[in-house]
Amino acid sequence: MLKSRSRPTIVPVAGTGTIDSRREGDQLIVTLAGRWDVPTVIALEPAVRTIQADRGTSATIDMAGVTLLDTVGAIAVSRLRDDLAKSGDVELTGVRPAHAALLEQIESIDAQPLPVQPKVTIIDLIADLGAATVRLGYEARELVGFFGELAVVFGRLLIHPGRLRLTSITRHMQDVGIDAMPIVGLLAFLVGVVLTFISGDQLQRFGASIFIVNLIGIGVLRELGILITAIIVAGRSGSAFTAEIGTMKINQEIDAMRTIGLDPMEILVIPRTVALMVMLIPLGFFADIVMIGGGALMANLSLGISFPQFINQFQSAISIQHLWVGFIKTPFFAFVIAMVGCFHGLKVAGSAESVGQQTTQSVVQSIFLVITLDAIFAVIFSQIGW
Amino acid sequence: MKDESYETLIRIRDLRTTFGDQVVHDNLDLDVRKGEVMGVVGGSGAGKSVLLREIVGLQRVSAGTIDVLGTDVTTCGVEAQQVLRRHWGVMFQEGALFSSLTVTQNIQVPIRELTDFPQSIQDEIARVKLAMVGLPPDAGAKYPSQLSGGMKKRAGLARALALDPGLLFLDEPTAGLDPISANQFDELIKTLKKTLELTVFMVTHDLDSLIAICDRIAVLVDRHTVVGTLSELMDDDHPWIHEYFRGPRGRAALNAKERN
Repeated sequence: MLKSRSRPTIVPVAGTGTIDSRREGDQLIVTLAGRWDVPTVIALEPAVRTIQADRGTSATIDMAGVTLLDTVGAIAVSRLRDDLAKSGDVELTGVRPAHAALLEQIESIDAQPLPVQPKVTIIDLIADLGAATVRLGYEARELVGFFGELAVVFGRLLIHPGRLRLTSITRHMQDVGIDAMPIVGLLAFLVGVVLTFISGDQLQRFGASIFIVNLIGIGVLRELGILITAIIVAGRSGSAFTAEIGTMKINQEIDAMRTIGLDPMEILVIPRTVALMVMLIPLGFFADIVMIGGGALMANLSLGISFPQFINQFQSAISIQHLWVGFIKTPFFAFVIAMVGCFHGLKVAGSAESVGQQTTQSVVQSIFLVITLDAIFAVIFSQIGW
Repeated sequence: MKDESYETLIRIRDLRTTFGDQVVHDNLDLDVRKGEVMGVVGGSGAGKSVLLREIVGLQRVSAGTIDVLGTDVTTCGVEAQQVLRRHWGVMFQEGALFSSLTVTQNIQVPIRELTDFPQSIQDEIARVKLAMVGLPPDAGAKYPSQLSGGMKKRAGLARALALDPGLLFLDEPTAGLDPISANQFDELIKTLKKTLELTVFMVTHDLDSLIAICDRIAVLVDRHTVVGTLSELMDDDHPWIHEYFRGPRGRAALNAKERN
């Protein structure tokens, strides 16, 4: 659109201020004039700093020509006065009453003592390290406490199953299960393809291509399918739990629940935990199928193993035990992810910034715990010879 | 030699704002004159905050022009916007302080962005602004999460005033404050307006502060504004305006004013 209306130039013209200094006998006379506002101080600040008086010289700052003085201008003037005062008496002349008030105000602010800045020493750093360690210990204890609380509420719900919130559980099942299928499926497929491609290449050198089926089958069913799913879910749903509950905490929704007599554990934590424990099983199974499917496709393309061949070998080489080994772990993983996610959500306090911090912590901790648990299971299964 | 050339700092003409089918502003005109405190009131959802956001360029308008200091913010480029920003300060409802910075650093953000003053001057500006908005010197080293609601607002105001803007936008400055703090805040705005020669555009719900500090009031009703001084609006016979100023709360606020 063409504008025909003529307009004045952009912003009020920045008429500049000036500074000038000259010597009259023993006296240094500094003359300020014009506008002393932000643009002027930006332009003249270096010039102001070069003005210095010899020891024992008295100085006069003449402000009669100053038309406008803002806070920044007044700060510049008062700094100049303080600098000159180090070598002798300083007198301000020609100050307008309005400007004098501003200068006086700044002088009184300057007169206040500076708040003492604590200095950081090496001892503080060591103390910080110690404090962080103690905090970590407390947090671990809190998490164990939370685990206990969760167990108690679970037990109570086993006695009164009618208090389970089925609507809430199904909603969360949709969120953490069905809605996660596209991303879990895609990543599982890619992992299957890459794994087959890389290890098939090695097996082919020994003429043992067909054993790719054993490798993929056992690897995926026992470990990878479930582990990858759990990690994706920790990043996707565990973080969502923390953020959702944390935001509710900041909104005081949790406080509101408590005053009405509702238990946040029962309303928020249990449905999420149950939903995740239920849904991680089919989600893991789905990931297993897709990952093995990706492997079968890649085995077909790069190793020339046909699909019937693949299925045949799979049936004869892979026992059902491997599937059980994988699936025994899922409820534990799901429980840990949901527990850590909700725990950090309820730990949110104060500002929205805290939601971010707790979410990061929740994801890091749940992935850490999932992998640790997985390792513990691996040791147990090898001990009992599964 | 002051900025006499602009008697009208903000000139809004034929403003129209729509969100989907919903028309928020239609044919809205408004002038804000140099040196006045303009209060903007209206029912919830009448588009007061939207209007403020449009003037400072945070929200696009559907049609119309908004001239601020002679620049049409609806069409001007990025550079002109940047120049304008040096001449206005905005205080948001909850202060909108950057949570990762201390109060002093918050005040220095616009200074750093728009000037290259040495650190010692920046520190002094921050100290002066802190004192001007009535915060104690040790508040400067604190983080926003360590401040109360009223202190956050004051710190937000200090940041808005960091570079001595001529034009100050306030979004519900007294909302959520206790009456004593709200009164102090009103007094603060009044004092600052006098010493810094500010023009203030203030969105508010607070009848007391409206009566205490506003020179003129713009009422947002029926998608446009009715502007006038308090006494003019008192006699307006539009039902909403009548209810607003003549309702129980309006009367109470006016009585309180008369008693003083």
